[in-house]
Amino acid sequence: MPTSWQEIFDLGARGSAAPEAEPESEERRRGVFSRLRESLSKSRQALTEEISASLFDRIDEETWERLEEALILADAGAPTTAEVVERLEREVEGGSVSADGEAVRQRLIEILAEVASGGRAPIDLSGEPAVLLMVGVNGTGKTTTIGKLAWHLSKEFGLSVVLAAADTYRAAAAEQLAEWAERAGAELIRSKEGGDPGAVAFDAVAAARARGADVVIVDTAGRLHTQGNLMDELSKVRRVIAKQMPDAPHETLISIDATTGQNGLRQAKVFSAAVEVDGVVLTKLDGTAKGGIVLAIANELGIPVKLIGTGESLEDLRPFDPADFARALLAE
Amino acid sequence: MFDQLSDRLQATLSDVRSRGKLSEGDVDAAMREIRLALLEADVNFKVVKAFTKTLKERCLGAEVLESLDPGQQVVKIVNEELTGLMGGTGRELAFASSGPTVILMAGLQGSGKTTACAKLARHLAESGKDVALAACDVYRPAAVDQLVTVGKRAGAAVYEKGTDADPVEIAAWALDRAREEQRDVLIVDTAGRLHVDAGLMDELAKIRKRTRPHDVLLVVDAMTGQDAVGVAESFAEAAEFDGVVMTKLDGDARGGAALSVKAVTGRPILFASTGEKLEAFDRFHPDRMASRILGMGDMLSLIEKAEQQVDEGQAEDLQKKLEQDRFTLEDFLQQMRQVRKMGPLSGLIGMLPGMGAMKQLQNADVDEGELDRVEAIILSMTPLERANPAIIKGSRRKRIANGSGTKVQQVNQLVKQFDQMRKMMRQMMSGEQPSPQQLAQMAGGGGGAPRPKYRRR
Repeated sequence: MPTSWQEIFDLGARGSAAPEAEPESEERRRGVFSRLRESLSKSRQALTEEISASLFDRIDEETWERLEEALILADAGAPTTAEVVERLEREVEGGSVSADGEAVRQRLIEILAEVASGGRAPIDLSGEPAVLLMVGVNGTGKTTTIGKLAWHLSKEFGLSVVLAAADTYRAAAAEQLAEWAERAGAELIRSKEGGDPGAVAFDAVAAARARGADVVIVDTAGRLHTQGNLMDELSKVRRVIAKQMPDAPHETLISIDATTGQNGLRQAKVFSAAVEVDGVVLTKLDGTAKGGIVLAIANELGIPVKLIGTGESLEDLRPFDPADFARALLAE
Repeated sequence: MFDQLSDRLQATLSDVRSRGKLSEGDVDAAMREIRLALLEADVNFKVVKAFTKTLKERCLGAEVLESLDPGQQVVKIVNEELTGLMGGTGRELAFASSGPTVILMAGLQGSGKTTACAKLARHLAESGKDVALAACDVYRPAAVDQLVTVGKRAGAAVYEKGTDADPVEIAAWALDRAREEQRDVLIVDTAGRLHVDAGLMDELAKIRKRTRPHDVLLVVDAMTGQDAVGVAESFAEAAEFDGVVMTKLDGDARGGAALSVKAVTGRPILFASTGEKLEAFDRFHPDRMASRILGMGDMLSLIEKAEQQVDEGQAEDLQKKLEQDRFTLEDFLQQMRQVRKMGPLSGLIGMLPGMGAMKQLQNADVDEGELDRVEAIILSMTPLERANPAIIKGSRRKRIANGSGTKVQQVNQLVKQFDQMRKMMRQMMSGEQPSPQQLAQMAGGGGGAPRPKYRRR
């Protein structure tokens, strides 16, 4: 069973009180899965050329080379690729996996899913209110993800959501979030441009507490992890939130663009040092990029992917499922 | 972790010197390292394959020069090949002979188009052009607002019709306006779009048809990985772009996508965007990009920044001093003060060759407090001591330590590090790269971590 919304969110005490979210029908799930596969398979010729059932017909030296190539092309990076391929090769040569196409393919999916599951945990929304902080490099899809997340929490779980426009730097950033707030039915807390991001976050959490709102999601300005002073600012925002509410933020998510290469690992590493990242939102999976860098992030940093973004509409957000992800990478 | 390619090559080719010439075995070993380095830099796998093939031919039988070790010789060749590949006959922006020049900007979501539009506008306005911007992104919430705001900052007029009009119509209308108002340039901002989104790619083709741009620029994020090739090929087919703008180069992504795009489409990279400020926009320098991709840092940018601070006469004196090894602690103090004026050290450190690979230097911001301490120590020295640190022993050390409020060990360390740094700088002036051990000693750190393996040959 793939990861459901109920599984990816830890709603704490609220879990039983929340209106029963419509259990996903098998049909709807299949529809979504095939849409996911479809979007992952759009012009996925490159990958299918490398990894197709016929590739595993004959298991020989070339198989491992082609597999390596495919994983590198998926941005998995050299170290993780080497690990995965060597492991599979060892198992096949050692006899624990029979040297026939389908068995090898299945085992590969298992291994990839295992790697992708590194650090797996749900999104902690048990706080009252639950405070979620979104961070990431410029252009990775933070604000859009927040809009989608707010919509899901409000429409599917009936939770009241407050959005904090703590990106006080980017031109029209608050306006952008305001539009998402409207679409999602969430309240917006903002300041004027150039204001202090920490203050906006602080005010938002305070407002949420005063009104008994369920979730606060804090948007932050995109920033490159190489900008020390901006990373410091982010740490400060986090501390300020904690001043308002000691355990908060309860969940910090970093958005990683699926097209990102090896730099994604650096991003996750450096952001983690500044603000303790709990999970990744892998965005823009509706393109042709496979997002393989998350394998390295999970494998080397133990930071799991929790959500995936598959488009620019409100519905285009899914809980991350490692097996589905691995399967879709290799499916015809 | 010392990733410097030249070090790895040095280790791989350690016994070539005696033979004087690179054999096929040597070259294959070198190609393995280069392949790994390029993949780490996000150069597309297939581009890497093709590139190393060409490279191998050039390296085979290459003479090992006296002054460079074989590893450095190979790096020199790689650097030249990369630079040649990304540079060559670069196309400049084409301008209209009459009427407004139309520049169409396209790219994936989040690549930095809107910011790039404003930067390009400012860049052109600087050279006296009258620039207007057309807001054709009607999909992304507040995209029009964003362009209006940054356009104003750039000193350009912004033509917009809100989000209810059709982008193609907006573009056409904007062109008419630009003509009426006799603008020199019209930059058309478009919505981010996936190259596999047939509907939006079609829209882009229509905008192009209606506005007949003189330049179509593809905006590419420097951190793009293997996917860059697919994106570039699709956009080349649908929009026939003329050149590329690389964005977010102020990050530490090695930027292999630049090589991939150029190699696969043949279109040149025209501009480099290096920060969120509007001024952070410049012509693309293929040689700097080549060094960056190879993990060799961006020495030139650092020098350029330094040049802005130091005046010519001083710079020449400094160079002479370094070459003749007469560089003193006084000079160092002056240099350090200049460098500190340039901006947060953490950003600049990353530009030094090899520093990019030194994770410990990168993560830990250079402690400004420590620099204060260094300054205090030097200020407690007499001019003679600054000129000739070798005389600093015993009582002098104590006096300096007391005077600066530091410990004798710290004074010792400074003198030692300075000595090493001087040696290193002398080497660099003569074209050699400092060794990892030297860099480590200067940073006060050391040790390494296991390199990532790459199983293939």
